[in-house]
Amino acid sequence: MPKTKELIREIFTRPDLSWPLIWRVFYRNLLVFKKTWVANIMFNFVEPLLYLWAIGLGLGAYVASIGGLTYIDFLAPALIGSSAMFSTAYEMTYGSFTRMTYQKTFHGMVSTPVSMDDVVMGEIIYGTFKGVLYGMVFLIVVALFGVVKSPWALLIPFPLALMVMIISILSLIWTSIAPNYDSFGYFFTLIITPMFLFSGVFFPVESLPAGAAFLPWLTPLYHAVEIIRPLTLGLVDRSAVTHLVWLAVFVLLTVRIPLVMVKKRLVQ
Amino acid sequence: MVIKKSEQIVTARGLVKKFGDFTAVKGIDFTVAGGECFGLLGPNGAGKSSVVRMIHGFSPVTGGSLAVFGKDISAGSREIKARIGVVPQDDNLDPELTVWQNLVVYAGYFRMQKDRAESRAEEILAFMDLSEKSGHVVEHLSGGQKRRLTIGRALINQPDLLILDEPTTGLDPHARRIVWQRLRRLKEAGTTMILTTHYLEEASQLCDRLLVLHRGSILEEGAPAELVHRHVGSHALELGLDPGQMGMLAEGLERLIKSRQLLGDEMVLFTDQGRDLAAKISARADEMDIAISRQMLRQSNLEDVFLKLTGETLTGDHEEEPGGDR
Repeated sequence: MPKTKELIREIFTRPDLSWPLIWRVFYRNLLVFKKTWVANIMFNFVEPLLYLWAIGLGLGAYVASIGGLTYIDFLAPALIGSSAMFSTAYEMTYGSFTRMTYQKTFHGMVSTPVSMDDVVMGEIIYGTFKGVLYGMVFLIVVALFGVVKSPWALLIPFPLALMVMIISILSLIWTSIAPNYDSFGYFFTLIITPMFLFSGVFFPVESLPAGAAFLPWLTPLYHAVEIIRPLTLGLVDRSAVTHLVWLAVFVLLTVRIPLVMVKKRLVQ
Repeated sequence: MVIKKSEQIVTARGLVKKFGDFTAVKGIDFTVAGGECFGLLGPNGAGKSSVVRMIHGFSPVTGGSLAVFGKDISAGSREIKARIGVVPQDDNLDPELTVWQNLVVYAGYFRMQKDRAESRAEEILAFMDLSEKSGHVVEHLSGGQKRRLTIGRALINQPDLLILDEPTTGLDPHARRIVWQRLRRLKEAGTTMILTTHYLEEASQLCDRLLVLHRGSILEEGAPAELVHRHVGSHALELGLDPGQMGMLAEGLERLIKSRQLLGDEMVLFTDQGRDLAAKISARADEMDIAISRQMLRQSNLEDVFLKLTGETLTGDHEEEPGGDR
C-alpha cells in the first residue's frame, strides 16, 4: 500500500515545531478548560470514587489480602492511574475530534504562524496536563482514605505524565482516523476498558492464565500502576526504573505518529 | 512593513491543485499587486477556495509555482503566514471564549506581546463595532457579529495581505452590507485583499480586478465594469416570447444587439443602446403581431457576463462539480 509507505516515510521526517507557539496552543485549551472545569472534574472524578467505595470497600471486605496488602491499599493507588487515563482518553477523542472537525479550531490556528505539528503537540501536552491534574485530584481522595503512606507519593506526577502522554498519543491516532463520534465507542470498548480491567488495577496480573500473562506488559497503564502503587505505599524498589524506561521509550517511539496522521487527515 | 503599490504580493504561474484524480485548479496564472482588491469569482466547485488555501499555505501546491511576498510558499510558510490575515469560509472562532479572549488568544499565535495584543484588540472591536460585546461568549453572538469578529481577528497582526473566502455567505442582506462597509474602509486604507465570492454584487462593490474561474480554469480577467462593457454592454432587455419568433423580431436590429442569451423561456438581449432597442422591439412586435408576455429593460451586470461566458448561472443549479466546493 503506497499510502502506508508514505506514512511511515513521513514519521521519520523532522516535525515542524516551535515551542513558544505550542505553549500558545496549550494555553488556548487551558483557557477553555477553565470555563468548564467544575462540571468536568466532577464527571471524571465521581466514577473512580464509586469504584473505590463499591469494590475497594464493598468487595474488599471479602478479600483478606493481596500480596500482603489490604484490598483498598492495593486498589486505591491504581485508580489514580486509571482515572487519569480516562480523563485524558475522553479529552483526546471527543474533545480533540470536536476541535478538529466541527469547531475547526485547528484550521484557525494554522492560518497563523502556528504549524499543524505545533497544534497536535499542543493537544498532546494538554491531554497530558489534564490526566496529571485529575490523577492528582484523585491522589488527594486516596489520601483522605488513609492509603497514602509515604512522601514518595509526591513523585507520582512523573510516571503519571508519561502514561497519560501515551494515552494522548494513542487517542489522537484513533481520532485522526475516526469518521464520527460513534467510533470512539470502539476505542473505549476495545482498548481503554480492557486496559482498565487487565492491567493490575483490580487484581495482580499473575492471576492471568499463562498464555495471556504477557498482555499487561504491553499496556502503559500496567507500567504506571506498578510504579504508582509502591510510591503511594512507600514500597519502592528498583523495578520502578524498568517501568519508567518502558513508558519513556514508548513515548519517544510513538509521539511523531499522531502529528503525521492528523496532518494527513486535515491538510489536502 | 510598507507595501508599495507596484509590488507583487502574489504571483502564480501554471498553478495546479489536484485531489487524487480530481483536478480542482488546472494550471492558472495571475498576479495580485499591492493595495488592490483582487476577486476570485465563480460558482461552487470552480476552484476558488483551493486557490486561496494554497496562498495562505494551508494546502500544498500540486504543480506550477506560487510566490507570496516574493517567496515560494512551499518554503518558509511561517514567515509568510505571519504577514497574512485569513477569513475562512466557515467561522472557526472559539465558541466557549469571549469576544475579547478570541482576539487576544489569536494574537498569541502571532507571538504578540500582551499589551500590544490588548491595544490591537481594542482597536479592532471599535472598528468592527463590537466593543459592547467584548465580554460576551461567542456562542451567543448573531451570525453577522461572528463574521465581523472573524474578520477582525484576521486583522490582529495588521496583515499585509487579507484573504477573505466567501466573507458574507450565509449572512442576511443587512449584515452583509455592514461587512462590505468595513471591507471598503480597509481597502481605502490600502489593505491588499484577495476575496472569493459567488455574489456578483459583492465582487462589483469591492473588487478592483476579477478573475472569473470556471472548473479550475480562468475564463476572464479584468475590472468588473470593463468585463460588463466588453461582454454584454450597458443594458439587458428581457423578453418573454416564443424563441422561434426571435429571429424575425430582431431582423435588421443586429447592430444594436451585442449578444443574446436564451434563459429558460426568456430571451435576454445585451446592448449598449437599451432604450432605443426596447422601443424598436416593441414597435416591431406590434407591427408583426408577435405577443410579448413580459418586457423589461435593466442595467446589465456581472451575472450576465458570467451567464454569457459559461451558459450557467453563478448559483450553479445547472451542474455540480464532483467533490462539491473545493
